[in-house]
Amino acid sequence: MFKQVKMEAKGINFFYGKAQALKHISLEIPKNQVTAIIGPSGCGKSTFIRLLNRMNELMPNTALTGKILLDEADILDPSIDAVAIRRRIGMVFQKPNPFPKSIFDNIAYGLRVNGIKDKDFIREKVETSLKKAAIWEEVKDRLHESALKLSGGQQQRLCIARCLAVETEVILFDEPCASLDPISTSKIEELIMELKKNYTIVIVTHNMQQAARVSDYTAFFLLGELIEFGKTQDIFTAPKDRRTEAYITGRFG
Amino acid sequence: MKTKHIQNLGFLCLFLCMAATLFFLGLIIYFITSRGMRVISWEFLTQVPRMSMTQGGVAPAIVGTLYLVLGAILFALPLGLACAIYLCEYSPKGFVVNIIRISINNLAGVPSVVFGLFGLAVFVKFFHFGVSILSGSLTLGILVLPLIISSAQEALIAVPQSIREASFSLGATRWGTIKNIVLPNALPGILTGVILSIGRVAGETAPILFTAAAFYIRGYPKSVFSEVMALPYHIYALMTEGTHRDEQTAIAYGCSLILLFLVLFVSGLAIYIRQKQRSQHV
Repeated sequence: MFKQVKMEAKGINFFYGKAQALKHISLEIPKNQVTAIIGPSGCGKSTFIRLLNRMNELMPNTALTGKILLDEADILDPSIDAVAIRRRIGMVFQKPNPFPKSIFDNIAYGLRVNGIKDKDFIREKVETSLKKAAIWEEVKDRLHESALKLSGGQQQRLCIARCLAVETEVILFDEPCASLDPISTSKIEELIMELKKNYTIVIVTHNMQQAARVSDYTAFFLLGELIEFGKTQDIFTAPKDRRTEAYITGRFG
Repeated sequence: MKTKHIQNLGFLCLFLCMAATLFFLGLIIYFITSRGMRVISWEFLTQVPRMSMTQGGVAPAIVGTLYLVLGAILFALPLGLACAIYLCEYSPKGFVVNIIRISINNLAGVPSVVFGLFGLAVFVKFFHFGVSILSGSLTLGILVLPLIISSAQEALIAVPQSIREASFSLGATRWGTIKNIVLPNALPGILTGVILSIGRVAGETAPILFTAAAFYIRGYPKSVFSEVMALPYHIYALMTEGTHRDEQTAIAYGCSLILLFLVLFVSGLAIYIRQKQRSQHV
């Protein structure tokens, strides 16, 4: 379907206790593209994206079957350390969640926990990461102030910078603009489109306009099933499934 | 109009209850201070007792209480914190953990004199630590263990899940996340537990009755295996033994005042540290 596949879900079933949240999901995520996952609340889109970097393992009482491939290697293989996976697949969350530390230490954290001690390297990396996340100009004079003093939109860009610092290959965005104002949202969207040159991006959103604006491919989830997946343009202009059509034309959601 | 009157009456009741509580607190402080101040002097704070407790000071008892508090916290804090971390962060949630939690809470309800007997049987006799600072500290440590565990658990649970997730998503290990994110954020709450424990340990008499305390020892304790004088036990002994009733009672009030201030001072210090920690990055 596309030139290069970065990640691939194969026959994913996921359970919270006895309730099945995802039903036989198979999905290819193209490299250096933005893939949007849309669907009404409770359709399993956030659940799905959390499987992609094994964040689901932090929750008790869940079960998972199927395969998730990253560069054709199964990341769910028990012999593979989730910590190593998360270094390659970063995540930006629904609510900005900076650490209650300084701006500098927020970015340096990922480097430090990965064993990097070279101070010059860390300083350089902090600067380049903040520049890539388009927030450097706003914070360069107050790197040692608390990150909690930043606005919501700035905090979210800081969280993106934090992710970039550890040189992930894939960035997962879980409704990154859900708690942001329109101006902050458009900044994040511009950033996402810029980042896809170097990263593979998956974004969960309940905002269809956002999916249409930023993504190259769109997957529509409904009640734990993948209903339709294809080029964003096709999904929004010529959906094949009538449920997709009903959703994007606003008949439910 | 009528509901408003009833409401005002209700508020008045609440206010009176609050005032009564404050009244008793004030009364305690007033009595202890007014009676204790009579004997407090530089000599009282720095000298050893003389003339069968009626002269000199109570310095060894002050020092002894500090040693016991220090020993108990040194023992109970690492143990309790490790236990809380295990229960909150590592153990699989469920039936077994609930049982453990209930057991710990029950431990908190055990009367302190029972801890005293336990300490006598285990530390003094079985481990041959004798009646000593070590035995007393360990006994007091076990006494406050539930307090430290439950306050540390609360502090750990209160750390937002979102910043743990952020840490994990950056490739931090579980221990890395605990060490760098969870513990620093839980520190103020953990300190609260330590403050409460210090107050508790400093004032307990029964647990040290058979395990550490002596009515009188010559000079200061020489090692952790020495018997030790301690303020609460000293007060008890002054009021129940000896023949110079009036002098002894006066000294007992002096000791009470010192104990009160010691606890207030340590609590104040810990609250100061906590506030400083809290305001650092908010």
